[in-house]
Amino acid sequence: MSQTAIHVENLGKQYRLGQQVGNYRTLRETLSGRFGAKKAPEEQKALLPESIWALEDVSFDVEQGSVLGVVGRNGAGKSTLLKILSRVTEPTKGLVEVYGRVGSLLEVGTGFHPELTGRENIFLNGAILGMKKTEIEAKFDEIVSFAEVETFIDTPVKRYSSGMYLRLAFAVAAHLEPEILVVDEVLAVGDAEFQRKCLGKMSDVAKEGRTVLFVSHNMSAILRLTQETLVIDKGHLLLRAPTVEAVDFYLSRGLTQEGQRLWQPDEIPAQAAPFKPVAVRLLDKQDHVMEAARCSEPFYLEVEYQLHKAIKGLRVGIYILTSQGEFVFTSFDTDDPEKFEEYSQRPAGTYKSRVEVPPYLLNGGRYVVGVNASSYRIKTYFHDEQALAFNMDVTGAPGTQWPENRLGPVRPKLTWQITQTNGGGE
Amino acid sequence: MVSGKQSVEERSVTRTEARKIIIRPTSGWAALNLRDLWVYRELVYFMTWRDLKVRYKQTALGAAWAILQPFLTMVVFSIFFGSLAGVPSDGVPYPIFSYTALIPWTLFSKALQDASRSLVNSSHMITKVYFPRMILPLASVLAGIVDFLIAFVVLLAMMAFYHVVPTANIWTIPLFLILALITATGVSLWLSALNVLYRDINYVLPFLTQFWMYITPIAYPSSMVPEKWRLLYAVNPMTGVVEGFRWALLGSGQAPGMMTLVSTLVAIVLLVSGMFYFKRMERLFADMV
Repeated sequence: MSQTAIHVENLGKQYRLGQQVGNYRTLRETLSGRFGAKKAPEEQKALLPESIWALEDVSFDVEQGSVLGVVGRNGAGKSTLLKILSRVTEPTKGLVEVYGRVGSLLEVGTGFHPELTGRENIFLNGAILGMKKTEIEAKFDEIVSFAEVETFIDTPVKRYSSGMYLRLAFAVAAHLEPEILVVDEVLAVGDAEFQRKCLGKMSDVAKEGRTVLFVSHNMSAILRLTQETLVIDKGHLLLRAPTVEAVDFYLSRGLTQEGQRLWQPDEIPAQAAPFKPVAVRLLDKQDHVMEAARCSEPFYLEVEYQLHKAIKGLRVGIYILTSQGEFVFTSFDTDDPEKFEEYSQRPAGTYKSRVEVPPYLLNGGRYVVGVNASSYRIKTYFHDEQALAFNMDVTGAPGTQWPENRLGPVRPKLTWQITQTNGGGE
Repeated sequence: MVSGKQSVEERSVTRTEARKIIIRPTSGWAALNLRDLWVYRELVYFMTWRDLKVRYKQTALGAAWAILQPFLTMVVFSIFFGSLAGVPSDGVPYPIFSYTALIPWTLFSKALQDASRSLVNSSHMITKVYFPRMILPLASVLAGIVDFLIAFVVLLAMMAFYHVVPTANIWTIPLFLILALITATGVSLWLSALNVLYRDINYVLPFLTQFWMYITPIAYPSSMVPEKWRLLYAVNPMTGVVEGFRWALLGSGQAPGMMTLVSTLVAIVLLVSGMFYFKRMERLFADMV
């Protein structure tokens, strides 16, 4: 009955820095590396930590038919784990045994070609995901009706609306019927309807006795859908526990880690001078860096920067964007006319601009912090629209007795009055 | 298990691959794992089909490109090498002589061009889904067969026009086509894997193809090469291919012999070494592409 679906033993994955996505070598670099040509000191410094362990000494077993949550901050190694399980990348150490086909809702639409029709893409995408032609033919009608694209099935998908495209892509992935399903942050993409479908499919899959690995930043979804959860941090498996316990551990411990962005010298454009951004941080009341904020508590955003020369009329501010890239609000440190007067000129030096964001403002979900440093109508010194990402946890927010996703980026605590007007009572 | 019956039914459909998969680090010269390639054989077909479909949907001239490239090259060669320079053509009309060589050559050079970029162009797939990566360069090579066939029909028409009767050896053409495909696949595996690691390949390739064309008897007959150098000359497998095509269709050039053998052996070495090199580098693709 309780057979093992996934067995992971001492799994480790090492990335040589400079080997990460997009950092291909050129022949010249390899040659000069081989023959020991001197690198510029700055370049050498950037390369100093030669390699990092994205995953180290991770061991666990998953029973067939269970739904296991995986949580961890960005870069904790969750994606690396999933990539190893789905055989996209190889581990550096250790062993994984997987019983059955691994499918992933992360792969939605992989290999879709805009020029091809819906029908053609179903076959192509199905084959890429590892389905046999006969299998796709058998499920073809089901896929089409699930995606609700019957009338457009022979139209190139480049003419599809984004909703249709997503539905079709999801329909193919959902009908793969793998023994093991891996779901990575599906809740971050698509509309509410799409998310509902994803979650519905996930629970169906689990009910059929298949195994689900669910990776998410959305604690309420993790709580709702999983019984057990792994907490991963800095490549290590910290805890495996019943979900309620694991989420509590993650949220309380997560508050001491990360949640800050330090700009590397090569990330700062030359035209930023004399402004030099140092860091942006998400802080709690006690000035501790945290990676997730709670709706029910205030949190603080701090931008640290240096001025190599005095700047007139400088304003340093933040944007908050949703994970879909919609702006929620913008705020500058000299919005207050008195502050603007006081800091009409900032002399050279190191500064921190810090803002308190009140509780009951943002809804649960993932948000992105952008940073802007400019002098109005004169110059934008520095601008980074995606400096930092963090999660808002809805625990304690109004209306959490209903475990549903609330629409909209804000979740204010409002006062309602309910009066009966048909003269009932007194 | 709640719905035991249902899942048993479904297993019968999907269980074909529901085998235990062991994932562990590989190092050095990994085994080829051709079984996996076999399991995914349908994907080879679908990827080839996609390459063709997209090409013909996106280009204005579509299938005409398959003919235009070798045909126009043939015209230029005929004017400059055939007429003006007076390059000999073993007694066959020069246009037929060069076009016969240009068909397998175009297959080869196009395969190199498409296959070397195949991995980089499909990086979104490589970083998200597992499948034997070899499928990508392989599909690029195979897609060229359709172009080849179209161009071949034109050749037959040209031969009719020039009243050149194909020899009885025409049945060996598929063998020489296979030799061309083996060569193209071998070189493509090397180039596509190298291109992931070193993008220099994009710059090397035009030069390489041009260079390779000069050392292949396309514009000139191999009989121009001194006898004692012929075997060395045949180390280029495309020499064996081109000579074979001319021999089978036009009855000119060298009958299959030592040169063909040398070419075939080199082609096989290219293919096998290419497969091993590709396999060795495969595990880095997802991290580096």
